[in-house]
Amino acid sequence: MTDNLIEVRGLKKWFPVQKSFVERLVTRRQQFVHAVDGVDFEIRRGEVFGLAGESGSGKTTTGRLILRLVEPTEGSILFEGVDLAALSDEEMRRMRQRMQAIFQDPFASMNPRMKCGDAIGHSLEIFGVARGEEKRRRVLEMMERVGLTPASILYDKYPHQLSGGQRQRAIIARALMLHPDLVVADEPIANVDVSVRALLLQLMLQLKQDFNLAYLFITHDLATAKYICDRIAIMYLGLICEMGTLEQVYRNPQHPYTQALLAAVPVPDPHARRTAPLPKGEIPSPINPPPGCRFHPRCPFAEEVCSQELPHLRPVPGDEGHLVACHRIHRA
Amino acid sequence: MSEPVLQIRNLSVDYPTRAGVVRAVDDVSLTVYRGEVLGLVGESGCGKSTLGMAILRLLRPPGKIVAGEIVFNGRNLLELDDETMRHLRGAHISMIFQDPMTCLNPLQRISDHVIETIRTHRPEMGKQEARKRATELIDRLGIMAERLDDYPHQLSGGMRQRVMIGLALALNADLIIADEPTTSLDVIVEAQFLDLLRDLQRQFNLTIILITHNIGVVAELSDRVAVMYAGKLVELADVHSLFDDPLHPYTRGLLNSVPNISLTEDHLQIMDGSPPDLISPPPGCRFHPRCPYAKQECSRREPAMKNVGKDRLVACWLY
Repeated sequence: MTDNLIEVRGLKKWFPVQKSFVERLVTRRQQFVHAVDGVDFEIRRGEVFGLAGESGSGKTTTGRLILRLVEPTEGSILFEGVDLAALSDEEMRRMRQRMQAIFQDPFASMNPRMKCGDAIGHSLEIFGVARGEEKRRRVLEMMERVGLTPASILYDKYPHQLSGGQRQRAIIARALMLHPDLVVADEPIANVDVSVRALLLQLMLQLKQDFNLAYLFITHDLATAKYICDRIAIMYLGLICEMGTLEQVYRNPQHPYTQALLAAVPVPDPHARRTAPLPKGEIPSPINPPPGCRFHPRCPFAEEVCSQELPHLRPVPGDEGHLVACHRIHRA
Repeated sequence: MSEPVLQIRNLSVDYPTRAGVVRAVDDVSLTVYRGEVLGLVGESGCGKSTLGMAILRLLRPPGKIVAGEIVFNGRNLLELDDETMRHLRGAHISMIFQDPMTCLNPLQRISDHVIETIRTHRPEMGKQEARKRATELIDRLGIMAERLDDYPHQLSGGMRQRVMIGLALALNADLIIADEPTTSLDVIVEAQFLDLLRDLQRQFNLTIILITHNIGVVAELSDRVAVMYAGKLVELADVHSLFDDPLHPYTRGLLNSVPNISLTEDHLQIMDGSPPDLISPPPGCRFHPRCPYAKQECSRREPAMKNVGKDRLVACWLY
């Protein structure tokens, strides 16, 4: 067996579309949002696996499925070979110690009435690992490690008394208290200023090494992903269209969508010129995704087959570990 | 250079708070010329948005302008009565915000917005004629004509932001203040919007103040760039000079900490410390506690904006 921490197989999540009473009388068919529509990938122990895409691509839902915050419609998630769906509630609760989450908005994920130190150490109490003085000692130690200093003073502060960067450090500290194997980080630094962003990225990388963590790094920002990810998957309308090492995907993007996405990132250099054409229009509704390749209506290279057959994620010839779902690559 | 549209002279804005007075904008002077895009950059809390709102005299109380003047097309805006100012905002200065939903009436169709705006500017125009103009305008923005009678919520974020630009065009505004116009947009939609904005800017010789924290957006669109730090203007230069040879240590730090997609660099530089508390900012240069080049002088005397080349200003004792 390889050193896969997480294996995701054929994962799907469809959300039913809410209908009004009248609509229910008129139409009989229940419609679904195809948020995640069949993805396969694995996260290796100790690696940073990036999941990138625009709003509505399904990247956040994928993260929530792995944490089992929502139940999959189809497919399975294996954690060290164990199918999470087969676990009892109690077993799943214990499994949660090993997978933690960092979300974008630290205000929404911290209890405003709980002191920063108590919030960080809350999980120690919940799982009966430590309480009282021992909890305080461990929390202070973790606060030092994530740079929440002076720790003994900040311990007693409430979330609103911390700066944005400090709150995000507190969230990181809290996620690491139980020494998880996997941290699902959903846009962890999207809300902070550029100068703080660099610091937090460096901190996340440092902690990854110290604790031998794996991250699922979910982001819309390909420039930020570059500084932290080992491998990356690009999602479009619920499907992965390209996956590989960061180097493979960024240096040699194969899918027209990946090419466009990379080219669209504003470059901090007034001399720079865009390298690939922008696709037409916007990401369509995931309620009735286009047949065939999901990208074909916007793709500059689309042919007849693209509107009929769904391309599968397959190896790029001559580039090991690089996968792409595009008819153009595989026909040749 | 062409004629100035807007001249800001020694402008200061205060926000009294319980803990003390926050001087959000401190003695800022800036000129915007017709047909240019002036990028205004800095991190949260540097005063860039406050400056934008001050120009429109739309500061949220208790914020108020305590010193300086804002001269727009030869008139000092701070001396106008509220009614004249309101008319000016409607007819000569347009604003584009991060969230276009805040500017569009959710109960009015897109056509109502556009037609009303066109007829405000040209009251003699009939409804039929105005509708024809609106259709042409929408088409120019890359929105299909059949979407004209949609309500704002039926459009995507990118389309709504296009409508905002369209309204500014319909007004034939002398000045457009765009505050984080692409921050809520996805990257491809953002690029499409920036392309459109650049085309329209050239075609109609628009004057735009582009307020953003996104250095990439500034690099793509601006002619000149003003950098703000802790309420102060610290550097002003044309976009090429600024990116090729940033002078102020803060500008350098800011540019170096921007994530870049190119694979040639893989190291982000880190700026130590964080911006100061504006209730009691550090004496001397506000950046000196974080500055790697700080000298004794920097903590004692405040540097003024100094001319260091053709249309290049910097506030730093190194120069």
